[in-house]
Amino acid sequence: MAALTATRPSRRKFIAAALAGAAASGLPRPLLAQGAQPRIVVIGGGFAGATAARFLKRTDARLTVTLVEPNAIFAACPFSNEVIAGLRDMRAQLFGYDRIAADGVVIAHQTATGVDGQARTVTLGNGTKLGYDRLVLAPGSDPRFDALPGYDEAASERMPHAWKAGAQTLLLRRQLEAMEDGGTVVMALPALPYRCPPASYERASLIAYYLKTKKPRSKLVVLDAKDMFSMQRLFENAWKELYPNLEWVPVSSGGNPTGVDVTAMTVSSDFDTYKAAVANVIPPQKAGRIAELAGAADRTGWCPVDPVTFESRLVPNIHVLGDAAIAGAVPKSAFAGNVAAKICAAAVARLVRGETPAEPKFVNNCYSLVAPDYGFSVAGVYQPVNGQWLEVEGAGGASPADAPRAFRSQEAKFANGWFNTITSEIFG
Amino acid sequence: MKARRAFVVGILLCAGIVQAAAAEAPPGAASCSGCHAAKAGVDTPVARLAGQDPAAMVAAMQAYRSGQRPATVMDRIAKGFSDDEIRAIAAWYGAQR
Repeated sequence: MAALTATRPSRRKFIAAALAGAAASGLPRPLLAQGAQPRIVVIGGGFAGATAARFLKRTDARLTVTLVEPNAIFAACPFSNEVIAGLRDMRAQLFGYDRIAADGVVIAHQTATGVDGQARTVTLGNGTKLGYDRLVLAPGSDPRFDALPGYDEAASERMPHAWKAGAQTLLLRRQLEAMEDGGTVVMALPALPYRCPPASYERASLIAYYLKTKKPRSKLVVLDAKDMFSMQRLFENAWKELYPNLEWVPVSSGGNPTGVDVTAMTVSSDFDTYKAAVANVIPPQKAGRIAELAGAADRTGWCPVDPVTFESRLVPNIHVLGDAAIAGAVPKSAFAGNVAAKICAAAVARLVRGETPAEPKFVNNCYSLVAPDYGFSVAGVYQPVNGQWLEVEGAGGASPADAPRAFRSQEAKFANGWFNTITSEIFG
Repeated sequence: MKARRAFVVGILLCAGIVQAAAAEAPPGAASCSGCHAAKAGVDTPVARLAGQDPAAMVAAMQAYRSGQRPATVMDRIAKGFSDDEIRAIAAWYGAQR
């Protein structure tokens, strides 16, 4: 009773929206009413895409769900900063798709090379064409290798971004391990928006932890295109307390990264040029390439979507999830990608039945670690308002600034529990 | 136990106008399982919600929201939910196994 009362005022609006959507997509009747087996293709097997594939099949077993993902093994980004700092084995980051396949999802270990939104087909690297009734794009973010002078794909082999977990993560770890004590590590951070901004400050913290414990004569310089960031007070307090070896240079102090020289091993900012023993350059980003090829990315490089269904505002019958999407106030995080995928799966299952998607509500909660036993979080509760995800006022926010160390230690435990729980939900 | 069953049946009846809505998580519930494991056996200090007493879950959320119950993050999250939303989520998780 309670649930219905709560959703009733907006139900009419949804029906109107659904009718408009059905007209725009040229679907005279719901697919299931026609006796068809609706075909859903999901591109991208990360936190968002793998969740979507699994929950679509779970929500309605009659759906034919194909997950297109080139890699047989997924390497998770959350907690990869601990791998870089030598605190965690890379194997703890790796997950396979066997359990998702066992749920009845067809896994195509191929690269999606094209999408035809008119014909509703996806082309795979081996030339196969997959038809779809609804396509879910979850391609994550790609580095923009044309954005920071000197920083192209080849440069990332010398100055890793490590913003996609896997070989890059291990490369940065090896470089830190090989560095002589006394060397300077330089990080370069981009302006918003990009994948999981708090993870940049978590990484700075954990690299400082590594240097403090293993290379005490070394220091870390963080060149930042921003003056402000999420959980800033918590990070800065922790740095003051734990890491005198960490120097953060915000944009207002000339920290904006302006270019790199991989031969000289230098990173330049507005005011200065820094010689690096190890450089970790996180470049500006955009939605994964297939989103652009599908026509779902706008001039910003990211994908505008409807908040109730995550359907693209540019191409009908294509839904965009995770880091690639412009989801209003919702940040680009693994947690948010997983939640968006569950909301989208429920909406898509309803759409193919000819029903109206329910109005969703959204929680994001991101943990950051500044040391193995020192964590804090930022949470947000969101709801669609006028076609945008807006934060519910009075809710969410960061961990208290003045909490005792036991509180930080408990949040570090919850952070670990979150990783185990979410990866179990998706891959377990 | 009896009260819980009556509550769940009530929800099912109310939701009956939209077939399959009973199986669908109410608004907000999809977010919980990022931290509260759906399955048993996950290595985490966070409690599972499936099968818990809905009345106890409602009381806990209201106490988090008012600040009466200490928390690291649930106080901040609970503030974003109304009583009706909390009751729907609690009933749904109470019916899960």
